[in-house]
Amino acid sequence: MYVLSAIVIMAALGLVLGLSLGVAAKYLKVESDPLVERVEELMPGSQCGQCGFPGCRPAAEALVSGTAPVTLCPPGGTALIEQLAKLLGVDVDLSNAQDQEPMVARVSEETCTGCTRCFKVCPTDAIVGAPKQIHAVVADACIGCKKCVEVCPTECLQMHPIEVTLRNWRWPKPLAA
Amino acid sequence: MSIKPVSGPHVAAVRRVDQIMRQVIVALTPATALGVLLFGWPALYLLVITVLSAMLFEAFCLKLKGAAATPYLRDGSAILTGLLVAMTLPPWAPWWIGVAGSAIAIVLGKQVYGGLGQNVFNPAMLARVALLISFPIEMTTWANVTPLFTGPGLIDSLTLTFSGLDGTDAVTGATTLGLVKTGFSQSQTLPGALGDYSGFLAMIGWERGSLGETSTVLLLGGGLWLLRKGVIQWHIPVSLLVTVLLLSSIFHFWDGGHYLSPWVHLNSGALMLVAFFIATDYVTSPNTPLGQLIFGAGCGLLIFVIRSWGGYPEGTGFAVLLMNAVTPLIDHYIRPRIYGRYRNGKPLDISNP
Amino acid sequence: MLAFLENPRLRGGIHAEEHKQETSGQPIAADFPLPKKLFIPVQQHVGKPAEPVVKVGDKVLKGQLLAYSQGTISAPVHAPTSGTIIDVKDYPAPHPSALPVRTVIIETDGQEQWLKSFPPEDPFLLDPEEICSRVGGAGVVGLGGAVFPSAVKLNLGRKNQIHTLLINAGECEPYLTCDDRLMQERAEEIVAGIRLMLRGMQAPKAIVGLEDNKPVAFRAMQAACREFDNISVEQVPTRYPMGWDRQMLRYLTGQEIPADGRATDIGVVVHNVATAHAVYKAICLAQPLISRVVTVSGGAVGKPQNVEVPIGTLMSEVLAFCGVDKAKMARLVMGGPMMGDALPISEVPVVKACNGILALSRDEIEEPEVQACIRCSSCVTACPVGLLPLEMASRIKANQLDSAVDLGLKDCISCGSCSYVCPSNIPLVHYFKFASGELVKRQQAEHKSEQTKRLMNDRNQRMERARLEAEAEALRAQEARAARAAAQAAAQQQAKVEESV
Repeated sequence: MYVLSAIVIMAALGLVLGLSLGVAAKYLKVESDPLVERVEELMPGSQCGQCGFPGCRPAAEALVSGTAPVTLCPPGGTALIEQLAKLLGVDVDLSNAQDQEPMVARVSEETCTGCTRCFKVCPTDAIVGAPKQIHAVVADACIGCKKCVEVCPTECLQMHPIEVTLRNWRWPKPLAA
Repeated sequence: MSIKPVSGPHVAAVRRVDQIMRQVIVALTPATALGVLLFGWPALYLLVITVLSAMLFEAFCLKLKGAAATPYLRDGSAILTGLLVAMTLPPWAPWWIGVAGSAIAIVLGKQVYGGLGQNVFNPAMLARVALLISFPIEMTTWANVTPLFTGPGLIDSLTLTFSGLDGTDAVTGATTLGLVKTGFSQSQTLPGALGDYSGFLAMIGWERGSLGETSTVLLLGGGLWLLRKGVIQWHIPVSLLVTVLLLSSIFHFWDGGHYLSPWVHLNSGALMLVAFFIATDYVTSPNTPLGQLIFGAGCGLLIFVIRSWGGYPEGTGFAVLLMNAVTPLIDHYIRPRIYGRYRNGKPLDISNP
Repeated sequence: MLAFLENPRLRGGIHAEEHKQETSGQPIAADFPLPKKLFIPVQQHVGKPAEPVVKVGDKVLKGQLLAYSQGTISAPVHAPTSGTIIDVKDYPAPHPSALPVRTVIIETDGQEQWLKSFPPEDPFLLDPEEICSRVGGAGVVGLGGAVFPSAVKLNLGRKNQIHTLLINAGECEPYLTCDDRLMQERAEEIVAGIRLMLRGMQAPKAIVGLEDNKPVAFRAMQAACREFDNISVEQVPTRYPMGWDRQMLRYLTGQEIPADGRATDIGVVVHNVATAHAVYKAICLAQPLISRVVTVSGGAVGKPQNVEVPIGTLMSEVLAFCGVDKAKMARLVMGGPMMGDALPISEVPVVKACNGILALSRDEIEEPEVQACIRCSSCVTACPVGLLPLEMASRIKANQLDSAVDLGLKDCISCGSCSYVCPSNIPLVHYFKFASGELVKRQQAEHKSEQTKRLMNDRNQRMERARLEAEAEALRAQEARAARAAAQAAAQQQAKVEESV
C-alpha cells in the first residue's frame, strides 16, 4: 500500500517538476548575443587561414558547433585559448601550451623581380613596392598569414621570427620544480 | 646567442623546508619522550613502526610516480607525518594500527592529491578518524600509565605490540573525556562523573590518553617555541584555544553539572596538540591572518560542540577535517587588502575630501 | 582590531643581512683613473631614446651635448669628459640579456676640458619654469634606479600644486651605501638641491626620509637643514623595502596613494636624494649629469668602496680598480641584490641607473633546488603590497594569466621579499616578471589585432572603390561610345537630308 503511494507521488512530482522546467526554459530564457558573434569578436580577424578554415567567421562557427578545438588559432596564442575556453565552457589544460613564435615575411632583395603578385594578395597591404621595383614588407603590419610566400614565383619571400631587441625582450618562464 | 637571464633576488637562501620540518619535530620531542616514558616499551615500538612505515609508503608512492625518492624523504615531511600519526594513537595499539595509520595518512592523505603541498585534509587527522571509525575497539583501548621501567619489559612489550592485548582490563581504562561521556549516558552529573580526576596530573600528562597528547604543558612549551622561531603564527592557536575556553566557560557557568570546566577541556584529549601542531599545518590552513582566525575559531567551536553534544568523546579530529574542507572557501573570500585599494579591489578614491 | 591586523603603517618586508659596513665607513673614492674609452648609451632613462647630434670624428668637450631628448618623456645625454667620438653604434647594454643599444663611444684625451658654462648669479632667484628646464637640459633623471626624467616630474609637481616633496634616502637594498656616503659628505649641496626643487615646483615643504641604520647621515642632514624650517629629516625603521616610495609615504604621512594613481594625487612628489644632488650641480654649477657615485661591493671584491665614476665607464674597469677576484665572482649584479639585474658580461658601461656594482661570490648567492610549494604563506606575510604570491605563482605556472591579474599581479612591485622568504626556493618574482611581460605581449597582440582589422578594412574599401570606379569608367566609356555612335548616326542622317535637298 505504502509502496504504491510512494511510486505515485514520486511519478507525479517528476512530471510536475519536469513540466515546470520545460516552461521555464521557454519563458524565462535569458537573451544574449549569439555565441558565434561573441567568439568571432575574440578572434584576431586577419583571415589568415592557419587554422584550416577559410577565415575567422567559419572558424568561430566550427568552435561553437564543437567541431574545432579551442587551440586552433596559432596567432591568437595562449591568451586566445584561455578566453575561448572560458567563453565556451571548455576544459583545457594550459600548463603545456606555448605561444608560437610570431613570424613576419621578409623580401630577399637579390631575388625580387618586382612582379607585384605578392602585394596584390596581402590582406593588410603590408607589402610596398611598384611594378618592376623591389618590394619590401612593413614588418609592423605583417600578420604572418604566408599568402605572399605562396604566390611568389622566385621564392624570395621567407618567414622569419621577429627580431628581439631591448624594447621587446621579455623574461622567459621559469622552469617548473 | 641567447643568454639565459637570471632573476633576483641574488641572495643566499635563508629558510629551507627541511629546516622547518626539523624544528617541528624538535618541538614535538619532549611530549613524545614523555609519552614513551609514561607508557613504556610498547609505545616506543609503536612509534618506531609508525614512523618507519610512513617513510616506506612515501618512498613507494614516489617510486610509482617515477620521482627520485631521496630528496623528498630528506625533507622530513614523511617523518613528521608519521610522528604526528603515532602521537594520536593509543599507546599500546597493535603494530598494524600504526602501519594502517601511516598508509592512510601518506597514501590517501597526501600522495594521491599530488604530494607535498597539494592535500586538502590534514593527513594525520585523516588517518586518526579513519582508524577510529574502522577499528573502534583498538582505537579506544587506553592503557593505564605504566612508566617505562615498571611495566612490561622489552620482550613482553614486543608481544604486546605484535599480538595485541590479551583482554585483561587491569591494564586499560577510560580517558577523562570517555569517562565523562559514559557517565552522562548513565545520568550521572559533574563533578561526580569525573571520578578521581586530578587537574594537576592532567596538565603534566600523567593520565590515560594517546601516545603524545597527554601532556598539556610540554605541548604548550613546544608550541610556544615554534611561535618564537617563526615557524607558526599565533592566529590559529590563539583563536582555537580562546574559542574553546570561552564556550566552555559560558556553558559551565550556566550548567556546571553537564558541561566540563574550561580547565578540564584544556587539559584533556588532543586539544593542545591540535592547537599548535595539527591545525597550524601549512597546507591545510588558510593563507591570511584573518582567514586563520576564522579557521581557528571554527575548529574551536566544532571541538566544543562535538565534545559536548556529539557521539564521540573527543572531537578534535572531526573538527579539523571539517574546517580543512572550508579552508579553500575561506581563502577564496578572505584576501588581504592591497595597498592603494579598498577591500573589494577597487582603487582608493581620494577625490572626495 | 581588523585595522590593526591588516592595515599597519608598515607592512610586510624582510630584514636581510645588510652588508653595508664594508663600504659605509670610507669616503667616496675620488681618484678613479679616467678610462681610455667611454661608452655612453643614448637610452639611460625611461621614455624615448635620445637622438645623437655628434658623428664619428667630432671633438667634444666635457659636458657637451651628445644626444638630445625626443618628445616630452625623454632626457639628453652629455659627454662625461673631453675627447673624440670614435663610433656611434650598437653595443651590449647593461641588461640581463646583453642585447645591444645605440651607444656613443668616446676616446678620452685626458684633458678634462669643460665646455664653457654660465652658472647663475643667484640660483634661488631663477623662475620655477627656468629651473625645471635647466634640470631637463642637464639630463637629470631619477638616480635611485628608476631613471624617470626629473624635469618632467618637477613640472608635474608644479602643475598639481603639491604640498610636500619627499626626498627618498631610504637605500633599503643590502650592500648599497652610495646615498649614505653622499649625505655624509655633501649634505649642504643636497639641501641646496632640495631647495631648488622646492622652488621649481613651488612647493612649501620637504621631508627627507632615511632608514635608521644611517645615524651619521641623519645627523649630517639634520645639521644642513637646521636653518631651513620647511625641510625636515625623518627616520624610518630599517626594513626592506622601506625605500619603496609608497611604503615610505604611508609610514611618514599615513596616506596611501591610490592603486591607479601617482603620488601627485595626494599632493606629494618623491625624488631620490642623489637626484637632489644632481639638481644642485645642474643649476648652481651649470654641470650636466655626467658622473655618479657607485657602490662596488660583494664577496669577490678585494677593496669594496664607493667610487665616483664617469658615465660610460666599463664596469670591468671599475671592478678592476676595486680589486675584483674574477675567479671568485659567481655573479655580477647591477644595483642591489634584491631587485638588481644579473649581468652576463662585465664589459658593459655604467649608466645613470647604476647605483651599485656587486661581484657576488658563490656562497652569497647559494640557492638550493626548487621544491614544491608547502603553502606556508610566509610570502603573504612578507609582501609589502598585500598580495598572495603563492596563489599568483601557481596560476602563472598553469598559464592562467587572467586569474593571476585578478589576484593583483599588476600591483606587484617586484621587490623580491616573497622569493627571499620562500623555504621551497620558488622563484616567485621571476614568475611575476614573466607574467608582466606576457601581459604586455598580449596587449601588443591585441593592439596589432585592431590594427590588422583596420588595415584589412582599409584595403577592402580601397578595392571596393577601385571596383566601383572601374565600373563607372566602363559605364562612361559605354555611354560615350553610344553617344558617339548616336552622334555619328545623327550626322549621317543630317548629311543624307542635306544631300537630298
